[in-house]
Amino acid sequence: MGFYAGVLRVFQTKEVSVFIIFLGTTLFFFSLQPKFLSQTNVDVLVRITPELGIPALGVTMLMIAGEFDISIGSVFGLAPMMMAIIIETGVNPWLSFLATLGICSFIGLAHGIITVKSGIPSFITTLGGLLIWRGVALAVTGGLPKYFYMPEEFISVTVGKLAPFVYMQEIWFLVIVAIFFIVLEKHRFGNWMRATGSRKDIARTMGINTNFVKVTCFVLASLLAGFGGILQSTRMTTALPNQGDGLEFDAIAATVIGGTSLFGGAGTVVGTLVGEYLSRVIENGLIIVRAPSYYFRLYIGIVIIVAVIANVYLQRRVARVRSVKVE
Amino acid sequence: MNKPTPLVEMVNIHKWFGKVYALRGVDFKVYPAEVVGLVGDNGAGKSTLIKILSGVYPPDRGEILFEGKSAGIYSPKVAMRLGIETMHQDQTLIPSLTIARNMFLGRELGGRLLDMKKMNSDSLKAMRELGLIIADPEVAVEALSGGERQGVALSRALYFKTKLIILDEPTNNLSVKETAKVLDIIRNLRETGVTSIFITHNIHHVYPISDRIVILSHGRKICEFKKEKTSIEEITECIISDRSMYRE
Repeated sequence: MGFYAGVLRVFQTKEVSVFIIFLGTTLFFFSLQPKFLSQTNVDVLVRITPELGIPALGVTMLMIAGEFDISIGSVFGLAPMMMAIIIETGVNPWLSFLATLGICSFIGLAHGIITVKSGIPSFITTLGGLLIWRGVALAVTGGLPKYFYMPEEFISVTVGKLAPFVYMQEIWFLVIVAIFFIVLEKHRFGNWMRATGSRKDIARTMGINTNFVKVTCFVLASLLAGFGGILQSTRMTTALPNQGDGLEFDAIAATVIGGTSLFGGAGTVVGTLVGEYLSRVIENGLIIVRAPSYYFRLYIGIVIIVAVIANVYLQRRVARVRSVKVE
Repeated sequence: MNKPTPLVEMVNIHKWFGKVYALRGVDFKVYPAEVVGLVGDNGAGKSTLIKILSGVYPPDRGEILFEGKSAGIYSPKVAMRLGIETMHQDQTLIPSLTIARNMFLGRELGGRLLDMKKMNSDSLKAMRELGLIIADPEVAVEALSGGERQGVALSRALYFKTKLIILDEPTNNLSVKETAKVLDIIRNLRETGVTSIFITHNIHHVYPISDRIVILSHGRKICEFKKEKTSIEEITECIISDRSMYRE
């Protein structure tokens, strides 16, 4: 492998190229408005990003296994609502928390089983989910927000501050990234996920239970969406019925920007982590430089297209360089 | 001659797909360490027969014996456990996974975590045994040529001590040179004692390396030849005339 191929290989490591874009974007906003890197603003960024990034990790895992979940925004909104309601009946907050995560897993299980058993595209199943779970949240609350005052210990474990710029939600975010990274790279389940997402038929002939793989990833997506929603409500001390509106596309955007294939079979959770920070920096930066907030979606849209084109291009280059050394 | 127990014996296999009568009572035997050519036109029932043998479809009637015993091959997993592995044209490897990860897909090495080191070195060893030289087991399969992919899949079969390899059109879409390479690999494989069924519609590919040739047509077995008792002309005639012929 020559130097050129070596350099390409590093840049092809999608995480690296996204990280460079992330640094460039940060510097760009900082040069326009130094307040962008002020203590208050960085604090806001590091607190908000994980609660939106954790659901994106579940979406990434599911996309690697070859499916989509566009209902996560609704589950993100429903989870804290459910938890608040369960607490109102007198149940201990920790138990309510676990029960809520259980409900979310069950939602994912339902999405998964319906998708693999009926054979309809997951886009449709979870489009149904998007409407149903938002509908449930609105119906049970009559569209009104709920207070979400949690006990001190619960707050400190979920969103507590450990040190300047270091919050528990960031720890959760990193821990989940680490676990998923190990699963993808070092565990057989990661192999099965990629095989299922890439060529389900072949995976099946190799004896892999592709339905089990997919359903598990559906459960992860809903579970983490719910967890993210609870983190956000705990931080804001409110559960809003429209919380997480549009999150599904932000999560898919962060995933794709991070280098995960839209066609399944390949992806990286580290890329999603960086992709999520990049999305938040763009969103927050546009606000800081006083661009109308409507520009966010426009800008993210452009970034997605550029990121995907860059990925496809780099992958082709590297495939060519690599195949040369195969004798 | 006293024949040994067949490795596989399919007896009176019938299969319907709705109104389509795909297999009409086929008997099919494979003896240990032989290469059987399964030849027929599109729609002759080759693939259906093989899918039944590999557990993809159940037969509607008939029985499968493996090593003389009735084998309930109701899923691909059971077939794999018995040591039957099917290799469809370009359908055996996951393009986005590396060679080593493909080799061990579904049968990964290691305890809780994967033993990538051993998986990498073992894949290299298995490929070398069949004369396939690839430097890096961490190359994604999509970067390999068609012949190399076949080679990787066959190395996998060798590594897992597969008893019966079903090759579904292994030389389709390959260049002349690549075809020769794949045929070479199959020959090497036979020397290691692996039994194989070679499905093709090109008798010129299967004739040089097979011991026996079976021809299907419209869901029936019409001809069966021991290679030493026939010629390529006779086989061609059988296919063209669609007339039953047995030389055993």
